[in-house]
Amino acid sequence: MLAVEMKGINKTFGLVKANQDVHFCLEQGEIHALLGENGAGKTTLMRILYGLYKADDGEIFINGEKVNIASPKEAIAAGIGMVTQHFTLVPTLTVAENIVLGYTDGMLISQKEIEKSVEAASQKYGIDVNPAAMVKDLSVGERQRVEILKALYRNARVLIMDEPTAVLVPQEVDVLFESLLRLVKEGLSVIFISHKLVEVMAVCDRITVLRDGRVTSTVNKADTSQTELAKMMVGRETFGVKSQSTKCSGNAIYELSGITLEGKHGKKILDNVSFCISSGEILGVAGVSGNGQGELTHVITGLICPTSGSIKIEGKEISHLSPGQISDAGVGRTPEDRHEGTIGELTVAENLAIENLKEFQKNGFLDQKRIVESAKEKIKEFQIKASPNDQLRKLSGGNMQKVVLARALARKPKVLIASQPTRGLDVGATEYVRKRLLEEKENGTAILLLSEDLDEVLALSDRIAVIYEGSIRGIVPSAEATPEKIGLLMAGAG
Amino acid sequence: MSKLRIERAAAPLWAKPLIPIVAVLVTFLVTSVLIIIAKANPVSAYYHLLIEPLSTRFSVLEVLVKSTPLILTGIAVTVAFASGYFNIGAEGQLYAGAIAAAWIGSTFVNLPAIVVIPLMMLLGFLAGVIWALIPALLKIKLKVDEVVTTLLMNSIMVYVVSWLLNGVWRNPETGAQQSPEFFEAARYIKLAAKSRLHLGFIVALVVVVIIYILIKKTPLGLKMRASGASKAGAQFAGINVNRTMLVAALISGGIAGLAGVGEIAGIHYHLINELSAGYGYTGIIAATLGGLNPIGVLIAALFIGLIGTGSLNVSMALRVPVYLGDVVQSTLLLVTLAMLLLQNYRIKRI
Repeated sequence: MLAVEMKGINKTFGLVKANQDVHFCLEQGEIHALLGENGAGKTTLMRILYGLYKADDGEIFINGEKVNIASPKEAIAAGIGMVTQHFTLVPTLTVAENIVLGYTDGMLISQKEIEKSVEAASQKYGIDVNPAAMVKDLSVGERQRVEILKALYRNARVLIMDEPTAVLVPQEVDVLFESLLRLVKEGLSVIFISHKLVEVMAVCDRITVLRDGRVTSTVNKADTSQTELAKMMVGRETFGVKSQSTKCSGNAIYELSGITLEGKHGKKILDNVSFCISSGEILGVAGVSGNGQGELTHVITGLICPTSGSIKIEGKEISHLSPGQISDAGVGRTPEDRHEGTIGELTVAENLAIENLKEFQKNGFLDQKRIVESAKEKIKEFQIKASPNDQLRKLSGGNMQKVVLARALARKPKVLIASQPTRGLDVGATEYVRKRLLEEKENGTAILLLSEDLDEVLALSDRIAVIYEGSIRGIVPSAEATPEKIGLLMAGAG
Repeated sequence: MSKLRIERAAAPLWAKPLIPIVAVLVTFLVTSVLIIIAKANPVSAYYHLLIEPLSTRFSVLEVLVKSTPLILTGIAVTVAFASGYFNIGAEGQLYAGAIAAAWIGSTFVNLPAIVVIPLMMLLGFLAGVIWALIPALLKIKLKVDEVVTTLLMNSIMVYVVSWLLNGVWRNPETGAQQSPEFFEAARYIKLAAKSRLHLGFIVALVVVVIIYILIKKTPLGLKMRASGASKAGAQFAGINVNRTMLVAALISGGIAGLAGVGEIAGIHYHLINELSAGYGYTGIIAATLGGLNPIGVLIAALFIGLIGTGSLNVSMALRVPVYLGDVVQSTLLLVTLAMLLLQNYRIKRI
């Protein structure tokens, strides 16, 4: 009997057909991957199953019985649990309180009792948590375990995991996979949403690939390969971009030494960060999110002043300059968050021009004609799908990122800061951005790549610096870097 | 079968002119109840509110007179708001400008109009700038919320004016609380015979044009719009957001000061406590109604001037309480503001 069967699911948002005639079967006791690019309709389908969205039409069967799931409450009652990318825990409550929240009888809650019952569940399912700990003190991996236990505690027989590894370091991923494999043996069925081929091949039994809201195919793992899956996912073979050059560091053009940033209460958010980059080199900074990358970006781009340390470009000190002056000194900057680093209310052309207004004025007035002309050139060069007078906020993430990149490269910078350049982009846009970065590198630009996507850092960088709790744990040439080695450094080991 | 759905997207172009018309109709329905309770005919009340002011030359000019300070305070607020600086202090800045004008206009008796009028405008502008400077500095140096400080500066100004009118400027003979009368050369010229319409209206129109060009066509204007739309984005692009906000706050204060100059040099000819009927605050409404677009603000200010004139007519003609006119006026503004939200939606057949 099938644990879950979804038949002929259709869902439309405005003009977008998020799901079209989707058919999806989950067998008892299997891990079934839902694979697809961003926007392929994976999450929509699962939100329908979990009662967060209502399908326009289609039928859902649980254990062979037709059901109508109108809310998460009904989904939970039907034995479905979901662990989302963004956790839904209350940080100021304990683990036990979070797990029983909304699932208790009676008026009173005994702290001891719920801790005991959560402890028992933890033993039973083999998921290690500390019931008395406050959620805000937990690491991301621990929080995810709490989420899983919360679902199991509610007697979930089907567990939906929405990109569970996105926030984890490699070691935590291994622990997660072990737990999932064990739980599946005991009869749990898991739907594993992902766009990472390696993981899917590692842990899943069957794979359903979605593209543009339709099911491309459902295959057994044994009958397929990563290349084939990639082809099904994007309709063409990609993933070809790989840094070939192993150029050694020559003369450093950009140099950070001893950058330290103290936060409130004197806590060191950045601790003695030092590295250098030479022309035509990409230095990747890898790390789990929240280990100081954001602050490092802010310091480097001039948004905050470091407490101490120096940043030099061609020997010129720039650590205490304003963003505009840093840009004048030859540093092209892309923001960590493209929505924060741009002005959505202004037009594409205005956003492209705003960093360098001196070049776009005539007799004290804005030279509208040149602003638009120059924007047209950039739009063509960077294949941006927009016209100069479109409001920036109406652009897709990929096109917005291209605008950001075009602006950063407009003044032919000697150093380029690429912060999370492909976060949230689909495969096509990601590939374009990466190719462009490699081109810039070949042209002799020194590039600092800050990314939470380890694959990206490994693929593009000449050297990889690993940041952990605000300090650089090691800088490894890419030839010697393996995911395991980098993962250990990212997790603070070694 | 087709269903209808409301979605968030710009309303079609043809719907935009309908918005004020529908707003008037909705207000009519809402306030009719009150007018009927006050034993008057809602239809004739509306005639007096919206049509009668436009029916004679005198009252049309009177609408322009009423609109003059609102255009200026509306533009003042627009400059600040568009730059992300929430200046609620136009009222106080207006009085600052009026004080400067009151001093010039009654002191330099021997200067010709060609000298004294520009001098008065310049000093009125500067006085507004100075009154706006304190909260602006507090904002950019110490991050003190400007909404609070600019508002409190208004209260301080009330007492400054009161102190002047009870002190140095108190009329020694009559004891009246008003500054010395303006001499002839310092008075704004009248633009039309047998009306109160004065040079200030032209000043207001010129300011609209200048600010329109400033905001839309100059690098500073782009920086202001950028700072207002996204502080983080502007900062990242290398704009000195604090300096931009400071400039905007000071220009805003100066324009509000000009509104004060106009009221005193064009209408009253001496400073009194009740010089402004809350023009600084109504300017916020004009700016919001006008969508922070100088041309829109001009139209909004004229509209508010119209119903301001009309509401007086309503109470006089129908012998209903004056407050009823105010209620109609306020309701109309509220409904119009609410209706403007509808611009962001459209109905779709699915």
